[in-house]
Amino acid sequence: MTRQATLAIEEAFAEEWGRIVAALIRRTRDWDLAEDCAQQAFAEAARRWPREGVPRHPGAWLMTVARNRAIDRLRHERMRGARLREIATMIDDRAEDEDEEELRDESGIEDDRLRLMFVCCHPAIALESRVALTLRALAGLTTIEIANAFLVPEPTMAKRLVRAKHKIETAGIPYRVPAAHLLPERTSGVLAVLYLMFNEGYTASTGDELIRVDLCAEAIRLARLLNNLMPDEPEAGGLLALLLFQHSRRDARTDPSGDVITLEDQDRSRWIRAEIDEGNRILDTAVRRDAIGPYQVQALIAACHANAPHPGATEWARVAALYERLLEVTASPLVKLNHAVAVAMATGPDEGLALVGRLGASGELRDYHLLHATRADLLRRLGRNSEAADAYREALDLARTEAERRYLTKRLREVSSGPVPAE
Amino acid sequence: MRYVMLVCRDPSIELTSEQRKTIGPEAEAWVQEMDERGVRLPGGGELASVHDATTIRIRGGEVVVADGPFAETKELIAGLELLECADLDEAMEVAAKHPVARLGALELRPFAEE
Repeated sequence: MTRQATLAIEEAFAEEWGRIVAALIRRTRDWDLAEDCAQQAFAEAARRWPREGVPRHPGAWLMTVARNRAIDRLRHERMRGARLREIATMIDDRAEDEDEEELRDESGIEDDRLRLMFVCCHPAIALESRVALTLRALAGLTTIEIANAFLVPEPTMAKRLVRAKHKIETAGIPYRVPAAHLLPERTSGVLAVLYLMFNEGYTASTGDELIRVDLCAEAIRLARLLNNLMPDEPEAGGLLALLLFQHSRRDARTDPSGDVITLEDQDRSRWIRAEIDEGNRILDTAVRRDAIGPYQVQALIAACHANAPHPGATEWARVAALYERLLEVTASPLVKLNHAVAVAMATGPDEGLALVGRLGASGELRDYHLLHATRADLLRRLGRNSEAADAYREALDLARTEAERRYLTKRLREVSSGPVPAE
Repeated sequence: MRYVMLVCRDPSIELTSEQRKTIGPEAEAWVQEMDERGVRLPGGGELASVHDATTIRIRGGEVVVADGPFAETKELIAGLELLECADLDEAMEVAAKHPVARLGALELRPFAEE
């Protein structure tokens, strides 16, 4: 019974936190009140559900408790009558009718959580605060959890959140889904925040894993929510699929000592098949809408890797073509480097080397160790060992982590001593 | 909501002769458009040269009068407008339409206690 109640509360938290906070913020415009009342509703559930049983509609139960807390608080604080009346009528419609009657924006999108997502990711808020606000308001992470996730002291994170909420209130950031002419730009802003959140979790291999919240899982949960709320936006599906493909490799990405294992050398049986399958389904649905964008292209590239049973089965020509497509929308030097690698794999190291050489000559990635490491790898594959060794040395000078230095040193030793291993 | 929009010129950006010709009419067109929309309140406008600015500070109980602008940044406040907009999204849209957005910056400041 108690176990059942605990599970029900955990499930309700994941499902309902953002919904409750978003509904309360819309009606009261008071973020702290909304968060406090949501917190109290879950605390009360933790007290009562084990004894009284899990209610038939946990979400409606929690929303009612949170609303009542909010009314009590507002009454206590003698808030203006209008706000009090509005919140008093607020979830009655929901209590009566399980199909939420939500307000409809001009955009036709009708979920408070989506409105809240656009507020949290508004461009007038500092980028780092956008991620933190989203985690607090929509995912229900506590300030200390967010501080730990970003490896900053709790007071720093608390201050950041307070400042962002203050700006939302005083600067007049609207609580709505942006109008149609702003929607594409703002949507890509929301997607960028979720992608940043995921990458923060993906690249962080340091820190005490035990106390770090899994930012990757949170980002995927929010991307899934966004994809459900914006079924007409294929880039939301593209992002979700991309994150699922990348996350499916988490158990194979590092060795027991924490060193990164490259895609080529990963044990693919440790990739999580169910997540790859879900990614494939979502990506299929997205690309069928025929409005391709950078996230869908990146997901298509990730799919080429995810669906190849072994490295040799990778469709490199397709990967190279997709990178070319990505270059049309984002001319980032990193995409150029990845394109060069794909071309090298598809047509041979010579052509890849020419592209890397051109990129190096442009000076864009001169101080980036992976540019030199890539050049070194291609030279090694061509058997030009002494040039490869020079390039590995340049990469070593620029490498930032111990693990990268270990990998490069190993390669340098290979090309410095005797014949190249056959490939 | 009421906002003050500080029109900040970036002196490091030199106007081309083409820009020198068009900036005046562009700014007038902006004023006309925003007046028609009712988002531009009376009281704003272009300011006189920064060399004519006087800044008042009180330090250690003494009034310190300085010849010049308050900001030590490279942007100079060249003018200000008072806006009445539905929200920050509208104010940002209005600011982005101002020709100086390309040559400097427009700082939007909501009034306190609104």
